[in-house]
Amino acid sequence: MQWVNLISSGMFLSFVAGIPLIGTFKKIKVFESFVEGAKEGFNVILRIIPFLVGMVVAIGMLRASGAFELLAQGLAPLLTRVGVPADLLPLMLARPFSGAASNAVLVDIIRAHGGDSLVAHMAATMIGSTETTLYVVAIYFGAIGIRKTRHAITCGLIADGIGMLASIAICRWLLG
Amino acid sequence: MLSLLWVGIIVVSVVCSVITGHVDALVTSITASAKAAFEMALGLGGIMAFWLGLMKIAEDAGLIRKLAHFIQPLLRRLFPDVPADHPAMGAMLLNIAANMLGLANAATPFGLKAMESLNRLNSHPGVATNAMCMFATINTSSVQIIPATGIAFLATGGAKHPYDIVVTTLLATIISTVVGLSAVCWFQKSKRFAIEEVES
Repeated sequence: MQWVNLISSGMFLSFVAGIPLIGTFKKIKVFESFVEGAKEGFNVILRIIPFLVGMVVAIGMLRASGAFELLAQGLAPLLTRVGVPADLLPLMLARPFSGAASNAVLVDIIRAHGGDSLVAHMAATMIGSTETTLYVVAIYFGAIGIRKTRHAITCGLIADGIGMLASIAICRWLLG
Repeated sequence: MLSLLWVGIIVVSVVCSVITGHVDALVTSITASAKAAFEMALGLGGIMAFWLGLMKIAEDAGLIRKLAHFIQPLLRRLFPDVPADHPAMGAMLLNIAANMLGLANAATPFGLKAMESLNRLNSHPGVATNAMCMFATINTSSVQIIPATGIAFLATGGAKHPYDIVVTTLLATIISTVVGLSAVCWFQKSKRFAIEEVES
């Protein structure tokens, strides 16, 4: 835990300190450059707000409605037969939609099964190997006014699905 | 696709809330999430401004061009429609690097910047290019070197060896990335997702 944290913050800080330092060596007015770049940030945010509000509200509704639990109940018998633990189902369903919801489910799984359980490791691996695809697509494409996203959602969801199945299989193989 | 999905999510939520008896929770969630979304955007604004500022320094210092040049062979193959020295390459590279290291806060600004640059090469306004779909998929499958979130939660939950998931996550993301990229290569040629087909 300690060393991972250390590496993680180390890399983070090397970005923050390293880039201005190198810029200084290259004789650039680093603060002027910084301010000029930072200005752009607000334009992007202004364009994202409508998409963010639309998506977050819809996903919040889905979360509050109990749909994930309902769907998980329906799918459980089918997926347990192919070796997917039923406890992971709410996580798998929530993950492409919402980072907050899937983090909450992960915490719940760890609490129910214990931090050293195989299921908890599967769930944690799953969080790391997947992404909130629908959110990413909505924000990234929304910001530049792309309405026809073509195969982006399909491919993102395929990558998520494979990441989930691979997480389960690899944890069983290496940690089980 | 996005519109359909959005309506679908809302309708499914309403129906499910009736079935599960969570109608009240659903109603209060709407105003709460709208408020949360706006606050999220404001928070993101500060982070975004900071990272785009840093990125501008890196750009002016010639760092991004150097970095993009370094892994040009790989990027060229993934994004054949993007000129090798285009600013989009640098932004995509930084986004991918930040994602691999689990630096989600840094990844989003670079990703948004990359999409904006990619859109300058877009000759069909409002329709995603092959490069954009490829980039979005790389983002969602992203090879993960430091799965910071999972490690933190496992450690908090009392796991003795939370860093066990570093290896499992790395392997799982390598698989999902390979499959994701193959899917993009396959679908971008498919008639169903052709630009002309989607545009009409």
